[in-house]
Amino acid sequence: MNVEAIKAIYKFEMARTFRTPLQSLISPVISTSLYFVVFGAAIGSRITEIEGVSYGAFILPGLIMLMILTQSVANGSFGIYFPKFLGTIYELLSAPVSSFETVVGYVGAAATKSIILGVLVLATAWFFVPIRIDHPFWMLAFLVLTAITFSLVGFIIGIWAKGMEQLQTVPLLIITPLTFLGGTFYSLSVLPPFWQAVSLFNPVVYLISGFRWAFYGIADVDISISVAATLGFLAICLGIVSWMFRTGYRLKS
Amino acid sequence: MPDAVITIADLSKTYASGFAALKHVSLEIERGEILALLGPNGAGKTTLISIICGIVTPSDGTVTVDGHDIVRDYRDSRKMIGLVPQELTTDAFETVWATVSHSRGLFGKKPNPEHLEKVLRELSLWDKKDSKIMQLSGGMKRRVMIAKALSHEPEVLFLDEPTAGVDVELRKDMWAMIRRLRAAGTTIILTTHYIAEAEEMADRIGIIQHGELVLVEEKAELMRKLGKKQLTLTLQERLDALPEALQPYALELAADGESLVYTYDAQGERSGISGLLADLGSAGVRFRDLRTSESSLEDIFVSLVRDAP
Ligand SMILES: Nc1ncnc2c1ncn2[C@@H]1O[C@H](COP(=O)(O)OP(=O)(O)OP(=O)(O)O)[C@@H](O)[C@H]1O
Ligand SMILES: [Mg+2]
Repeated sequence: MNVEAIKAIYKFEMARTFRTPLQSLISPVISTSLYFVVFGAAIGSRITEIEGVSYGAFILPGLIMLMILTQSVANGSFGIYFPKFLGTIYELLSAPVSSFETVVGYVGAAATKSIILGVLVLATAWFFVPIRIDHPFWMLAFLVLTAITFSLVGFIIGIWAKGMEQLQTVPLLIITPLTFLGGTFYSLSVLPPFWQAVSLFNPVVYLISGFRWAFYGIADVDISISVAATLGFLAICLGIVSWMFRTGYRLKS
Repeated sequence: MPDAVITIADLSKTYASGFAALKHVSLEIERGEILALLGPNGAGKTTLISIICGIVTPSDGTVTVDGHDIVRDYRDSRKMIGLVPQELTTDAFETVWATVSHSRGLFGKKPNPEHLEKVLRELSLWDKKDSKIMQLSGGMKRRVMIAKALSHEPEVLFLDEPTAGVDVELRKDMWAMIRRLRAAGTTIILTTHYIAEAEEMADRIGIIQHGELVLVEEKAELMRKLGKKQLTLTLQERLDALPEALQPYALELAADGESLVYTYDAQGERSGISGLLADLGSAGVRFRDLRTSESSLEDIFVSLVRDAP
């Protein structure tokens, strides 16, 4: 195991993040916080509590998931796309580094950043909405697993993308809509039965439901299904990544 | 017995486009030598280097580095190699120090600031170590790439056109550095379009054309074998035609009729010069001046590449 290489990649990627703290840390935290402050105050004053949780607090887990998803995908994809785009990937390809080590370095850094962001948003939320965390272990587990899984999704997109456009459209056209329709702002039970059934095809529903359960003990789908789905996505992503490396897909000619 | 550090056997590469960039190349690179690869644009030099370094996957054939197969034992083979690619690609926002440290880590080596300092000093980059790479000139960036390749103390160094776009003085410095590396036992493979550079630096010369290794030869041997010598005689009086008595010689009369050029084989046992001079005298041809010249590697290269199919 080339531990020095993992450290080198990880450090390099983290340095990239902290070089632009305003863009990579402050702005996602502020924009996410605005959601629960504004929506919580504006809509929350008109909606009665949802299953005993105030509206601002109810949307918080979904908003954190939304941010984790988009940030993980963005970071995971840029981290590997840029060296490819600039040509500096030659060094990684010529180094005694296995695909596993490469993934640990890049995805580890992208996920770390998302987790830091998640914790920052949570800390901010503490000042504005009444939060409660019923299952801290599961809260952390969902946070970490989701960050890793979607950093992997980003990594896959970064390898697959042939240009900037592809790099940006996938998150914008797929990830964002799925999150908004995944029950961030509402409980699935308010939907008509048909849309409830459709929603169950949305993978993000399981993540948000599980994450919200970790906070307040309320869920749209059974918690065991959420856990299984989260682990399932992780397994699928790992499978795709290892296939890409085994075949040298779009990395080597 | 020569000790091969890299053994290339029957290596071929066909790109996804269907283009065959390398065709059955076999080559042994000896430990501690400087091998210069020459060849026109698109000949396949970079492709060959990229395969050995792990950037391009071979279609067929094998390469071993110190006995380690580049595919099966890629860790062991790649650890030994430093690569300075042809393209200038750097992480613009990083500092010189950070990028060099990063390279060392990627190759699995523990941090060693003393070694990095030595490398940077050697490349006159020490006072730039905290500068961002984007603030450097092109020649400095090229040196940063060399520093990256040397950061992990490789035993084999590939330099793909290291002196392209580098000024005369810096080129001299680079040559000196390459010589020092070689003296320390590093094997060096370089490509260049400056044939004078190969002539100056290399122990052996390989010529690649259309994906085939046309020739690999000791430089001195190559020059002797393929080199021609010429004797040029400046005449006292113009000649309109070559006198009958001189026809048997490989003589050429210049268009202006004022000089004669005699071409002979540098390695030949007998140059035939004394006979020629005697026959010139008896034919009544007098000359004012004479001078000999030897063909350079450049002439050899041009004639080889032109004659190849
Ligand atoms: N990724 C690729 N896909 C398809 N063809 C390629 C690819 N890379 C290189 N080639 C082709 O392979 C041939 C050899 O290219 P290579 O870069 O090895 O040449 P070279 O000898 O290094 O030339 P130069 O002196 O210009 O650097 C060229 O015809 C080139 O167009
Ligand atoms: Mg080239």
